[in-house]
Amino acid sequence: MPEPCRPDSKPHRFFLNMGPQHPSTHGVLRVILEMDGEYVVDPQPVLGYGHRMHEKMAECRPWPQFLPNTGRMDYAAALPYNHGYVALIERLAGIEVPLRAEYIRVITSELNRIASHLLWFGALLLDLGAFTPILYSFDDREQILDILEDITGSRLTYCYFRVGGVSKDIDDKFVERTRAFIKRLRGRFPMYEKLVNGNIIFIKRVEDIGIIDADMCRRYGATGPVIRGAGVPYDIRKSEPYSVYPEFDFEIPVGSKGDSMDRFLVRFQEMEQSLRIIEQALDKLPEGPFMAKVPKKLKLPAGDANFSVEAARGELAYYLISDGSDVPYRLKIRVPSYSNLSLLPEMCRGMLLSDLVAAMGSLDLVIPEIDR
Amino acid sequence: METAVSHELVRMVIAAVLVIAFVFLNAMIMGYLERKISAHIQRRPGLMEVGPHGILQLLIDGLKLIGKQLIVPKDADKPLFRLAPLLSFTPVVLPLIVIPFGPKLQVRDLDIGLVFILAVSSLNVMAILIAGWSSNNKYSLFGAMRSVAQNISYEIPMLLSLLAVVMITNTFSMQGIIAAQNKIWFFIVQPVAFLIYLTASFAETNRAPFDLPEAESELTAGYHTEYSGMGFSLFMLAEYANMFVVCSIATVLFLGGWRGIPLPLGDYGPAIWFFLKVYGLMLFMIWVRWTYPRTRFDQLMNFCWKYMIPFALVNLLVTAVVVKLI
Repeated sequence: MPEPCRPDSKPHRFFLNMGPQHPSTHGVLRVILEMDGEYVVDPQPVLGYGHRMHEKMAECRPWPQFLPNTGRMDYAAALPYNHGYVALIERLAGIEVPLRAEYIRVITSELNRIASHLLWFGALLLDLGAFTPILYSFDDREQILDILEDITGSRLTYCYFRVGGVSKDIDDKFVERTRAFIKRLRGRFPMYEKLVNGNIIFIKRVEDIGIIDADMCRRYGATGPVIRGAGVPYDIRKSEPYSVYPEFDFEIPVGSKGDSMDRFLVRFQEMEQSLRIIEQALDKLPEGPFMAKVPKKLKLPAGDANFSVEAARGELAYYLISDGSDVPYRLKIRVPSYSNLSLLPEMCRGMLLSDLVAAMGSLDLVIPEIDR
Repeated sequence: METAVSHELVRMVIAAVLVIAFVFLNAMIMGYLERKISAHIQRRPGLMEVGPHGILQLLIDGLKLIGKQLIVPKDADKPLFRLAPLLSFTPVVLPLIVIPFGPKLQVRDLDIGLVFILAVSSLNVMAILIAGWSSNNKYSLFGAMRSVAQNISYEIPMLLSLLAVVMITNTFSMQGIIAAQNKIWFFIVQPVAFLIYLTASFAETNRAPFDLPEAESELTAGYHTEYSGMGFSLFMLAEYANMFVVCSIATVLFLGGWRGIPLPLGDYGPAIWFFLKVYGLMLFMIWVRWTYPRTRFDQLMNFCWKYMIPFALVNLLVTAVVVKLI
């Protein structure tokens, strides 16, 4: 009689079910691991535990009512999701957005990006067994949440941007607090470097682990810090500029080898670049209205439109087909984590179980975004 | 003749009660300190609710754990599953018999004290293996396998480093080793052995950065994943008691045991010095745990076999030559 836990005829192999409730799958991802001892032979992700039919919901309600849903897909960085959706509608309806609103969008989106990267920083270190850094990074993240709470009214699932602008103007207090935060975070970076980047145990755990080269990224459609870690400077903010990003001077950090360490360093340097963008935007912040004149009942013309933004995890694209009615005919959302997750089986084949956890952490997956 | 026997019996009962009471007390103190210190390392207040600064929290936690249902998984090997926590508890109580808390505060000063401790505390591995196997859970089994491999490997450099000290003192008796340190403490004479022992003791007690058997992010909770209530708390008691034993060996062999500046407290003075040293080392272990990430299993094993064992052997050889020459 065959052993029940052994797949087909290969001896010494067994299945290990990781998740959907497991401390390091960060949500409800389930990975079925075919194992040979401590080595992972074949990891297969199973999706759908957090599926909420966002795309179908978009087809069932007038398009402005879908806006709150966008913030609930990637809960760690919701503002770029708002941004993509409202910009898509603006493109389809041909609405001109006031310059001040665009600046506010950029500032808040970049703040949100930093918050997301700080969350990832702590979570990755937690996956590697270091408990303390996450509380330090949450301390900083909390400052961002407080700042954003004051103007957006929420702390996590934002619904701040509106078609034609933003829902509320920013004030001097916001500018002041943001400047104070920039100063504070710049002062904290050396501490993070000292605590983590130079730690021999940490380096041994991430260097040369989970190598993803540019060709692999191309095949799987990986974007964001994953492809930049592989050495390709692909960032929607530069390659397909939207909003007012062309007006700022910032760099795109890239890695060389494409291992977990490169992805770590890329995200780390991105926080600094985001700080630079925010600084410049605060300096140049124009006066004026924060909302365009948008008719109360805006009819979308028949047709289709596509809009991509750089979310915290990579390229986020919305594709909307309108048949001229109040309700979108179809809304397709292309999320970065989905393609990044598809790298997992090829990246992790033959790895140790502990490395799989570290490599998965370096992809920075947000599961509700994948399942949406 | 008869009175001598009954005296001995009374002594044994008292000693057993005190030792077990101490194991529980130690776990409570350490549980509190660990949570409080980790909280302060992480810039949060930590325990605050029960009693001033939460000092009564661990009492309440103990009551809660006792009151909890012991859930036995359906497919577990039930007798072994129940046996494992008890088995893990015994080998950490026995070494306390020969640990010298003071010149007179010791249950028994065996001639083979050190050998006794090391022999008994190795039994712990068996309990972990049984726990991992009987839970019938792959994560538990992973944790148990890692733990056994790691404990057995790290026992070698640990023994080799202790042997270097024994070569100097020519005795296995704990009091004898302390007596030999009347001029100089051995961590000055044997710094390499001290460092090797300290590193190995992290692995022996499954503490971070070598806490792979309980690697939470990979194995949920390792070999005690399936345990609840008292089963779980016996493992925790054993872990803290094991820490205490390991640190007391370090204190006795390298830090002069109960020696220190005489305090005007009679027989209790040396005991206070002993506890200060042991808890100092234990605080050091807590500090390390909350600071460093976890190593990987193959790196841990490589470190043991490629670096620590050769270093310990060289150290032993040098010690042997020097002892022979002097």
